[in-house]
Amino acid sequence: MFSLEGITTNVQDWLLMKFNPTMALAIECVIVILLSISLFAILGLVLVLMERKVAAHIQIRLGPNRVGPGGMFQTVADTLKLIMKEGLTPDKADKFLFNLAPFVVMMVGMLLLAPIAFAKNFQIWDINIGVLYISSVSSLSVIGILMAGWASNNKYSLLGAMRSGAQIVSYELSAGFAVLTIVVLTGSLQISEIINAQQNGWWIFKGHIPAVIAFVLYIIAVTAETNRAPFDLAEAESELTAGFHTEYSGMRFALFFLAEYINIFIVCAIGATLFFGGWMPLHIGNWEAFNHLMDYIPSSVWFMGKTFFLIFLIMWFRWTFPRLRVDQLLNLEWKYLLPISLFNLLLVAVITILGWHF
Amino acid sequence: MYNQTEIIKDTSELGADGELVINMGPQHPATHGVLHLVVTLNGETIKKIEPHLGYIHRSIEKMCESLTYRQFIYVTSRMDYLSSHINNLGCALLVEKGMQIEVPDRAKYVRVILSELTRIASHELWLGAMAMDLGAFTPFFYAFREREMITDIMEDTCGARLTMNYIVPGGLMYDLHPDFQKKVKAFITQFKSKVTEYEDLVTNNVIFQSRTKGVGILSAEDAISYGCTGPVARASGVSCDIRKIYPYEVYDKVQFDEVLETAGDSFARYMVRVKEMNQSIRIIEQLIDNIPEGDFVGKTKNVLKLPKGEFYTRVETARGEFGVYVVSEGGTTPHRIKFRSPGFSNLSVLNHISVGSKIGDLMASMGTLDLVIPDIDR
Repeated sequence: MFSLEGITTNVQDWLLMKFNPTMALAIECVIVILLSISLFAILGLVLVLMERKVAAHIQIRLGPNRVGPGGMFQTVADTLKLIMKEGLTPDKADKFLFNLAPFVVMMVGMLLLAPIAFAKNFQIWDINIGVLYISSVSSLSVIGILMAGWASNNKYSLLGAMRSGAQIVSYELSAGFAVLTIVVLTGSLQISEIINAQQNGWWIFKGHIPAVIAFVLYIIAVTAETNRAPFDLAEAESELTAGFHTEYSGMRFALFFLAEYINIFIVCAIGATLFFGGWMPLHIGNWEAFNHLMDYIPSSVWFMGKTFFLIFLIMWFRWTFPRLRVDQLLNLEWKYLLPISLFNLLLVAVITILGWHF
Repeated sequence: MYNQTEIIKDTSELGADGELVINMGPQHPATHGVLHLVVTLNGETIKKIEPHLGYIHRSIEKMCESLTYRQFIYVTSRMDYLSSHINNLGCALLVEKGMQIEVPDRAKYVRVILSELTRIASHELWLGAMAMDLGAFTPFFYAFREREMITDIMEDTCGARLTMNYIVPGGLMYDLHPDFQKKVKAFITQFKSKVTEYEDLVTNNVIFQSRTKGVGILSAEDAISYGCTGPVARASGVSCDIRKIYPYEVYDKVQFDEVLETAGDSFARYMVRVKEMNQSIRIIEQLIDNIPEGDFVGKTKNVLKLPKGEFYTRVETARGEFGVYVVSEGGTTPHRIKFRSPGFSNLSVLNHISVGSKIGDLMASMGTLDLVIPDIDR
């Protein structure tokens, strides 16, 4: 992976030279759409394989190793199978909502891609309320899940969807407060400014204890928001067979499955941006030589490395912990995480006002 | 496209308001077989559970009436397939008791060692399956790593990994495999070094403890009145280990503790089984070096005929008391036969211990009851 710096500006300059500004913008839109769709496909394949490999090594087995070298094409084969399968719609389901739901969930993932900075100067849309945009759009995914659960006309789906609704709405708060901690430290909602503020050290190191607490809260909350174990109550296959996507088959199921992994990637990318400086290399104080050496590593490698580290962390959770019960899940949020996040926000406000951070 | 009245009519087919009936099973990931539970819910809270049986009924008891006393033993492997060796032992004991067949010491020792290995294998499978019910996948593979060693030993010794069919009235079908002692010792070493992994991964896990402690509480009185046996009853403080109360084979010669817990909740049932595995290891350790030389099968007639009368034996399987009751009219086949299977009684408490709890708790309760459906249905 190489540094993507400058590619965007070159492309734009060239387009502006050849076409009028409106046409150039339209072409850029098409390019971005194509790029994000292909990114989705690649991410889905890579993350599913990664999950299976991580799970296998945690579970003292080998994982996929037959299709292609080291099982590399296993997910390609699986996807082909899913595409060729018939997508059944239950007889008494609400057909319109039933077929719409997977696309709503996918769409949310696509929208969230916009403000993420993949490398230095490589960002689709550097909106000035980036963090607010992320918080608000990510809560839309619950609509897709509720839609799927309700429209399936299946009791397991309904229970799964109701659980998911309660869960996402609750954990949204903690995730939001954790993000706000960084916003308070930076003083800006814009993603690029948050990254630039971490030039001489990532927030997890600079932000003292509040940033560490916020990071822990963020990881717990987003694990719950993406319906991953130990918070995978919406699917809970030993209780509700498959939860909200019980009735889905073929490509529509694959879309839910893909959306789960895309969401993991996005929340981890945001986590890496906020707490680990996004594409910013690791810089330590006055160690000039070390800092220069770190600068030679391309920014896209830094970003992907940090993101995949967080993804690994979330996968590690899944294959280690049992699932929580639904009342324990809500207790954890409302009795522990929310008060801690409120207190943490207060603490970080005091620290920022007194200027105690680096 | 969207017909509201139709959808509402379909989702609330039950009379009382706020009630939702879910058919859990016969095909459901948590029932581990073809158990069908009709669960009445109020939101997430369980109001009633009604088990429906019969999906895997093979009328084994009726089949046994047309099989000779040598043959009917092996049908019982297909009942509680995780304790098939112990089931076979119960039936063989009945024939030996009825016909006063002398069993050589060597056979007695081997039977007990294999029974305890079967018990460990069964508990290992239960551990993995129960953790899976609670949403943790990894313990399953850890438990199967050790279970695999036992099934390998069984394969060497009996030729089969699951339905052993190793016992004949009067002793054993073949002599031991030459590697038997070596392999069992290797298993003991492996098990002892790895059992701490279960503690780290499952027992000491905060989420696991909060999912099981205080969930599905069964009092000692209820355990007795529902006829619970085995680890389910012992977790409620009821002393009911057949190996201690009515020792058979060489259980009176070995030192082991009957594991008792008093809490009666899912965690207590979990702890009883985990500690029982250690006790089984203790029994095997005492016997494995002292297997006497000699015949592996006693002298029996070619055609076995039980004298006229009624016979009953019981053994302790991994799930509890397994009883065999035979009415004989003096022929070569049993006139009437009845098995007392532990799973059936243990299942009957499910409604009692789960009412008022959440769906997630049902998985913990059901998992720790350790149900094997072919044992319940027969």
